[in-house]
Amino acid sequence: MATNHIVDARAIHKHFGTLHVLKGVDLKVDERELVFIIGPSGSGKSTLLRCLNRLEDPSSGSIMVDGIDMLNPKTDINHARRRIGMVFQSFNLYPHMTALGNVTLALRNVAGKARAEAEVLGRAALERVGLADRADHTPGQLSGGQQQRVAIARSIALEPRVMLFDEPTSALDPELVGSVLEVMRGLRESGMTMIVVSHEMGFARNAADRVVFMDDGLIVEQGPPAAIFENPTHERTRAFIGQIQRH
Amino acid sequence: MIEAFFNIEIMKAAWPIVLTGLWNTILLSLIVVPLGLLGGLILALLASIRHPLVRWPLMAWVDFFRAFPPLVLLVLLFAGLPFAGLELGGFACVAIAFFLNTGSYYGEIFRAGIDSVPAGQVEAARSTGLTRMQAMRYVVLPQAVRNVMPDLLSNTLEVVKLTSLGSVVAVPELLYEARQAQSITYNPTPIVMAAVIYFLLLWPLVRLLSRLENRALAGRR
Repeated sequence: MATNHIVDARAIHKHFGTLHVLKGVDLKVDERELVFIIGPSGSGKSTLLRCLNRLEDPSSGSIMVDGIDMLNPKTDINHARRRIGMVFQSFNLYPHMTALGNVTLALRNVAGKARAEAEVLGRAALERVGLADRADHTPGQLSGGQQQRVAIARSIALEPRVMLFDEPTSALDPELVGSVLEVMRGLRESGMTMIVVSHEMGFARNAADRVVFMDDGLIVEQGPPAAIFENPTHERTRAFIGQIQRH
Repeated sequence: MIEAFFNIEIMKAAWPIVLTGLWNTILLSLIVVPLGLLGGLILALLASIRHPLVRWPLMAWVDFFRAFPPLVLLVLLFAGLPFAGLELGGFACVAIAFFLNTGSYYGEIFRAGIDSVPAGQVEAARSTGLTRMQAMRYVVLPQAVRNVMPDLLSNTLEVVKLTSLGSVVAVPELLYEARQAQSITYNPTPIVMAAVIYFLLLWPLVRLLSRLENRALAGRR
C-alpha cells in the first residue's frame, strides 16, 4: 500500500468489553506535521494514540506507520516501535536507573549499540532536552518537568520517525509546563513528525499545523488551529472549546 | 544445671562433631536457598503469562506445595521413592523437597513483586522496542525484587531454619550432629550448642530484616 503519509490509520475500531471506544477513526499525518488531538475525556484520543504503536490492539482497521503495516502479524512489532517514540502523562521513567541509564537502555538492547556509543548518544539526547548536567541523577532527584524531558530524551535517542505525546504536561505543576513545551517546540523546529494529545491550547495555536477534535470515539472535525478555535463548524466543538477557554 | 546444659568438658569433646554439622547446614542452605529462589522465579515468570492454560495448573501447583507440610513431603520422598526404584539419599531428597516447597513460597513473593510494578513501566519499555522478556529483565524484575526484599529475606530465614528437617532423613546437618553428640555423651549440652549456633547464624539476618522493614515503613509514610 503506497502512501505519502507517514501515519495512515483507517477505520480504527476499538472495543473494551462492551465499551465501544473508537468507532471508525481515520487519521493521516504528513511528514514533519504537528497534529494536535483535543476532546473531552473518554473521547478516545489516548486510545487512538496507543493503537498507533500497538500498546493497544485495535479491534479492526488498518495502520501504516512509515510504510510498516502495524497490524500485520508478521510485522516485527519491536522493530517497528523503534521508529515511534512515545511520551506518557506519568513520565514512566525507570526509577532504579539514572537519567542516562533510562536513555541508553533501549539504545543498547534494541538498537544494539555498545555501551560507550550508547552513552555518547544518550548524553547527546539529554543535551537536546537541556539536561546534560543531570545524566547521573535518578528520577527521584529530578522535578516533574525534568523527568518528562528525560522521557522525551529516551524516545528521541532512538531517532524515531514519529513522536506520540499522551498528555505530556497534564501531570506537571503549572510552572514546569513551559520547559517541556519548549523542548517540544525545539523538536518541531527540527522537523519531527508529532501527534500530541493535550489541552495546551496556547501551544496548539502557535505550533500545531492541524487540530483534530474527537468526541465519543469519532473525529468530529479537523483543520488549522485558527479555524478550529475561532470558527468551529460543529456545535460539540464550539461547546468544548468554549469550556476550555473559560479556564 | 550447668553440669547438664553448659558442660565445658562435653562442649570441648562435642565441638568437632557440631562444627561438621554447622558446615553441612551452611552447605545445605547454600544449595536450597538458590534452588528455591530459582524455582520461585520460574514460577513467577510463568505466572506473568496470563494464559488460562498456564495459570490454572500453576495455581494448583503452588497451592499444593504450600499446603503440603514440608516434613511430610520430605519423609514421603525419602521413604517413598525407593519403592519407585529411586534411591536418592537424604541430601537429594532435602534439595528436591525444598525446591518444591520453598520454591512455591518464593514464587508467590516474586509474583507479588512483579504485580507491584506499575503497568506504565512495561508500556514505556515496550514503546521503545524492548521485548516482553527484556522489559521483564531490565525494568520489572529489578524493581520487583527491591519492593519485596524484606519478604524474600524473611522467607530465606525460614528456609535456613527448615534445613534442620534434614536431620529426620539422616542428613548430617547441625541438629543431626548435635543429637549424635548428645547420644554419645548422654548430655544435652551439644543441643544447647546447636541452639546457640543457630541463633548466631541467623541473628544478623534478623537484624537486617528489621532494618529493611523499618526503612520500607518509613518509605511508605
